[in-house]
Amino acid sequence: MNANLAPTLPETRTSGADLELRGITKRFAEFVAVKDLDLLVPSGTFFALLGPSGCGKSTTLRMIAGLEAPSEGSISIGGEDVTSLPSHKRPVNTVFQSYALFPHMSVLENVAFGLKRKKDPEAMAKAQAGLEMVELAHLANRKPAQLSGGQQQRVALARALVNRPQVLLLDEPLGALDMKLRRQMQLELKTIQTEVGLTFIHVTHDQEEAMTMADTVAVMNEGRIEQMGPPRELYELPRTAFVANFLGKSNLMRGEVTGKRAGLLEVDVAGHSVLLPEDRAVQTSGQVVVGVRPEKITIDRTSSGAAHNELSGTVIDVSFTGTTTEYLVDVPGIGRIGTFSQNRGQQPAAVGDTVYLYWEADYSFGLAGDERMDAGVEQ
Amino acid sequence: MTQTISKSGLSDLRSKDEIRAERRKGRTGIYLVAPGLLVLALFFALPVVVLLAMSLYVKPPGAEIGEFVPGFEIGNYMTVLSAYWPELLRSFWFALIATVLALLIGFPMAYLVAVRLREKPLLQGILLVLLIAPFFSSFILRTQAWKQILADEGFIAQALKFVAILPADGHLTATPFAVVAGLTYNFLPFMVLPIYANLGRLDTRLLEAAGDLYASPMNSFFRITLPMSAPGIFAGTLLTFIPAAGDYVNSALLGNNRNTTMIGQVIDSRFFKVIDYPGAAALSFVLMVSILVLVTIYIRRFGTKELM
Repeated sequence: MNANLAPTLPETRTSGADLELRGITKRFAEFVAVKDLDLLVPSGTFFALLGPSGCGKSTTLRMIAGLEAPSEGSISIGGEDVTSLPSHKRPVNTVFQSYALFPHMSVLENVAFGLKRKKDPEAMAKAQAGLEMVELAHLANRKPAQLSGGQQQRVALARALVNRPQVLLLDEPLGALDMKLRRQMQLELKTIQTEVGLTFIHVTHDQEEAMTMADTVAVMNEGRIEQMGPPRELYELPRTAFVANFLGKSNLMRGEVTGKRAGLLEVDVAGHSVLLPEDRAVQTSGQVVVGVRPEKITIDRTSSGAAHNELSGTVIDVSFTGTTTEYLVDVPGIGRIGTFSQNRGQQPAAVGDTVYLYWEADYSFGLAGDERMDAGVEQ
Repeated sequence: MTQTISKSGLSDLRSKDEIRAERRKGRTGIYLVAPGLLVLALFFALPVVVLLAMSLYVKPPGAEIGEFVPGFEIGNYMTVLSAYWPELLRSFWFALIATVLALLIGFPMAYLVAVRLREKPLLQGILLVLLIAPFFSSFILRTQAWKQILADEGFIAQALKFVAILPADGHLTATPFAVVAGLTYNFLPFMVLPIYANLGRLDTRLLEAAGDLYASPMNSFFRITLPMSAPGIFAGTLLTFIPAAGDYVNSALLGNNRNTTMIGQVIDSRFFKVIDYPGAAALSFVLMVSILVLVTIYIRRFGTKELM
């Protein structure tokens, strides 16, 4: 029995391929959508391209699919240069944001479309199996218009997946779904990716989605990649204000480096002393921006007594979210600092209260002093 | 309690005012449709009935030319059918060729304007106006012009003679070729416009998806573009075939009265030259019924619910 199963397993496990973009630039008339982009996505990775609309992530995806030609640079898949290959000759399939299901074909015909073009003798059987994978086998003979949004999304996914492409591209495929379905599909996609072992490139503007699903996240802004890495690393140690603000929330404060000791930088922020690990700082002298994530801050009515990393201010907004209470605190000379505390029965602070905000030095991160503090803040 | 339950119970929960308002809406609809119905009744239904009656009239013994009396002479149909079945068949044959040619010529035109030039609205507009421009001049005048275009000393005939496709003493005018060419030209806009309207709504993202799923551009065309434009092709072929089958201007101006005569021409001469009203009426009826039968078969075969 095992002998029979053995040959099929490795085949599905290693079907992904490396994707490499070298010096990709895309210009549309006056507008530069993507600027000199270099990217290496190892085989079998779930890779997310995250950024606000207009940052060039969809254009990048379309260039990988062969739907746009790069103005400069080259694209290779599995070590083979595909830059000049038309889309129908690339070992790549896309799940489109609009799904783009063929309305005149049945669900099954839609899923079998790619296999039939490749003249796969088992096209129909594989398409049927693909529908079973997304649990829609019972709707095989329906037309796409007769399905709900979530079902259409799954047909689009099956239609791309059954071809076992070396790279699967997902262009905001969950954008049109409601919150609950979205969460469910995120988990399903992640499970499917682990099962089939393909390289997934997922384009999204939803930072939570990118972090939950991807092994590696690249944050894109204005045609460039700002920072790339595993979600936790990006979140804990952002290197630009854009990443700090776009991926989760951050409290950013401008200050001046006044000293160094034991691997820590001492920064003067409006008269407060803030300590910052030197290896967590982009810049180690002069004017810098210090950041700390809201959940790292403790909010308290009494001072911790520490000489560093403590601010005090007045609560200007309190909102109850169920598991947590969120606070907005106005700190003189610095501005508004956001934080929250778990609701564990303590009496929450009220608007107008004077509070102390403190955090461990290890949680601080340092950015370049010339950063725009509101870069990447979602409106 | 002031609240009462009406005798009709829960089946009708609308108030009297609501019911009245709804009735009023229904009546407004009828008023709006009435003029159209009246026009149709006066200028279509009534003439059809008169035509049907006329097709059964008889010629009394010793009657003058054009004198007929009401009767029930089914033989009129036998007479005209046995005399003119070749012209009837030819009409459908010519109309069919013209429809196919118009589709072959018209589809690429519609595709160019509706899909390829989508990003260039100015050029699209200009080409669309050019497409409709022929309607600004008379149908007869345009057909007459074709006589000049196909004339012996014209460019086309000369060119064809030069490459020896046409023999030195050959003609293009007064041939079946000329008639079919005229039909194709005259009804081309009726083919192009419905297809254009349909292709204008074509979602090109579907073509991208097809390309992404390994379909070559040609494959995408035959698997996506063509099937999705079926309603436009369907409407276009009907709008071309029906008037082309009944047309008599092209065969009269560009034909030769031997092997180009179409049924419309026969009906025309029966009415106005031979003054055989019952025969002309019977032929008109035969034409109408045969088109109806052909079109019904066509709709049954190709027109699904989605296409209508």
